[in-house]
Amino acid sequence: MTLAIVAGDFSGAHKVFRKSVPFPEIIARTCDQPCQAKCNRETLGGVIRVADLERASVEFSTEPPQKITILPKKKSRVAIIGGGLSGLTAAFDLARKGYQVDLFEEQNQLGGRLWDFSEEQLPREILERETKLIAQVGVKIHLNERVEPTHPIWDEADAIYLGIGKSASVYSFPQSVTPTTFQTSQPKVFAGGSLLHPYSSILSVSDGCRAAISIDRFLQKVSLTASRINEGAYETRLYTNLAGLASVETILPRQIRYTKEEVQAEAKRCIQCECMECVKSCEYLKHYGGYPKKYVREIYNNMSMLVRARTSNNFINSCALCGLCGEVCPTDLNMGQPIKETREKMVETSRMPASAHDFALRDMAFSNGEKFAMAKNAPIGGRGEAMLRPYNEFVYFPGCQLSGSSPDYTEKAYSFLRDTFYDVGLMLRCCGAPADWAGRKDLFAQSQAEFRAEHEKLGKPKVILTCSSCYQVFQQYYPDVEILSFWDVYDQHGQFPKREFFAPVAIHDPCSTRYESHIQDSVRSILTRMGGEIQELELSREKTECCSFGGAMWLANKPVAEKAVQRRINESPLDYVTYCAMCRNFFAKRGKRATHIFDYIFGGTEADLALVPAVGFSQNHENRARLKEKLLRELWSETMPEQAAFESIRLTLPDDVQKQVEDRLILVEDMQKVIEHAERTGKRMFNKSTQHYLAYFKPASVTYWVEYTSQADGSFLVHKAYSHRMEIGK
Amino acid sequence: MTQYFDPTKYEGWVCADCNVPMQLGKVDISYLGNSFPVDLLKCPNCGLVLIPEEMALGKMAEVEKALEDK
Repeated sequence: MTLAIVAGDFSGAHKVFRKSVPFPEIIARTCDQPCQAKCNRETLGGVIRVADLERASVEFSTEPPQKITILPKKKSRVAIIGGGLSGLTAAFDLARKGYQVDLFEEQNQLGGRLWDFSEEQLPREILERETKLIAQVGVKIHLNERVEPTHPIWDEADAIYLGIGKSASVYSFPQSVTPTTFQTSQPKVFAGGSLLHPYSSILSVSDGCRAAISIDRFLQKVSLTASRINEGAYETRLYTNLAGLASVETILPRQIRYTKEEVQAEAKRCIQCECMECVKSCEYLKHYGGYPKKYVREIYNNMSMLVRARTSNNFINSCALCGLCGEVCPTDLNMGQPIKETREKMVETSRMPASAHDFALRDMAFSNGEKFAMAKNAPIGGRGEAMLRPYNEFVYFPGCQLSGSSPDYTEKAYSFLRDTFYDVGLMLRCCGAPADWAGRKDLFAQSQAEFRAEHEKLGKPKVILTCSSCYQVFQQYYPDVEILSFWDVYDQHGQFPKREFFAPVAIHDPCSTRYESHIQDSVRSILTRMGGEIQELELSREKTECCSFGGAMWLANKPVAEKAVQRRINESPLDYVTYCAMCRNFFAKRGKRATHIFDYIFGGTEADLALVPAVGFSQNHENRARLKEKLLRELWSETMPEQAAFESIRLTLPDDVQKQVEDRLILVEDMQKVIEHAERTGKRMFNKSTQHYLAYFKPASVTYWVEYTSQADGSFLVHKAYSHRMEIGK
Repeated sequence: MTQYFDPTKYEGWVCADCNVPMQLGKVDISYLGNSFPVDLLKCPNCGLVLIPEEMALGKMAEVEKALEDK
């Protein structure tokens, strides 16, 4: 309403107002404004003059009278005793619902105590005109009729409402009125109005309205008490951030009444209380134009098939599940929880789009396949040999993305751990986070079973984790497995050679460390001990933001993911130091100077490490496979299993093609499979003028296309590659 | 779905296996249980199909998304 007044739309304001109250002309002139006691403007220039705004909205409105709709007639008969505001309201509401309503008033006029207001405040013409509305909706009015306890209406009516203030005490039952239902000790009799509180026109309206709800339910023989929370006045849980809000003095009318300009100025002081703390801090919540309460309702409707919104699937898959909304929410509502449950439900009911998580799930399958997965106790030999026990006390679990982005650091980290604790095994595999984010309980359970079997074989060692997403997964799903953060271990046992820092650095905490302050502390301690000066980002530690890798947001919704990562990048011009391989990659890909803390611990000094390009997806796979091969060979004198045929296909990718396939999420192994299949079967197309071949192959759910040329040395030059999910043939 | 690419751009392609030029013809493409007849270049002999890049990244991607959100 205040927004419409600010815009000068008084008819619009009037419409909003009369939607929430019966008799708007009377209420606008008599409301005693109990709401002012809670107005957030109180200490910022004075509470809003709500009643004056309401009055202006009805006075300046040019809106024709409201059309009142009445539901089909019902048989039940209701008697209203007392023609004051609460009785009038109950009569009005019940008559509109189709009940046969008789209203008894012992005076010769309707309105009760409204007649006590001055002519100046409530002109008689308005009072008489608006109270007559009840006749329009079919209420039979009995003036000058006092309802004695012997009146036949006590028996004839199916329900009775007493709105006669304190004089109701002539009847024996209203002494006990149930506050939520207004029902008295006699079930068909209800009571409200100034019987229950000092005279207040707005509270009388509220009583009449709520009693009418009870009477309707009573006559329909349904529960009087179900779903009646937050009816009437209640303490709001809404939090409104008043920080930075300037004080603006109350605008008083210079004459008796507000002019249009004055009332607009007063309406403008309204803060428009709303919370939106989470929406302000999340690009994803902002993108869809709503707020959690609306979203949760939409998700519910969508899942219960009431309404199917086209954007819903994409909406559910775009959340990073990072938990920032829950952290900033004054009532701790974390959207990630309903979102993740919904993803699980979508998978269970076969409604999860295939594309959203496919790339991440295949990456997980790669990590848990023979190319990368392995579990070994510490190698024999080296410094710790004498200490070796049949079972190791620890196992290092570097995680898939660190191994793929920085295989050399992974190796060095493992070496450091063996130097420190001697008997430290190694487990290469994925923790299962992509399946968890995708709602794929089946794949997660499979990954979990594999981990458990391997872990048991190693003698259930304590697991040392570098990746914070792994840490989160272990905490949630392996409560019985003892885990340590690599960063805590390094802070305690590591070495801290001084590094050259040319300027302060900002720490970006991965979102999965949100509530792991010990890890955040360790990383800061390590960096400080190496000579780094840290400047905290405004949103750090428990308020940190996701780089858009979380929840597979970056795969499900590129535009929103881009906004999310850019927002983080724009928070500071300083170099970012992080301790998650993916956060570092995501920043570096967008040209943000960023390092992984391993760069300081194990990195060289010759290059500017903040400028090292992000590792591409194919290279990431390649690095993982090579890491396993190298460690197996060097530490355990073992060799990798045999290569598949496609792996011998050698590719040459010009820079522009390299970028193209990276953007299109096409891996070298996908292209190798296409060419191997084409060359083996002869199924390919040829263009005589360009001498290019074109071929396609569908290894699983995606069909990949590669245009290529055979080279004299037996390798293949790739000109372009693309893919689709639609299938050729039915 | 009808035709979503310019076939003149692909005149030089032949099926390497059968050594015959690719020709326009009806091909069914499908996704999530929905099937659409499309005019595509195919080998009249063995049925090998050519899906141009612009169609894979354009119309097909669009239809995939629409069907997934349905």
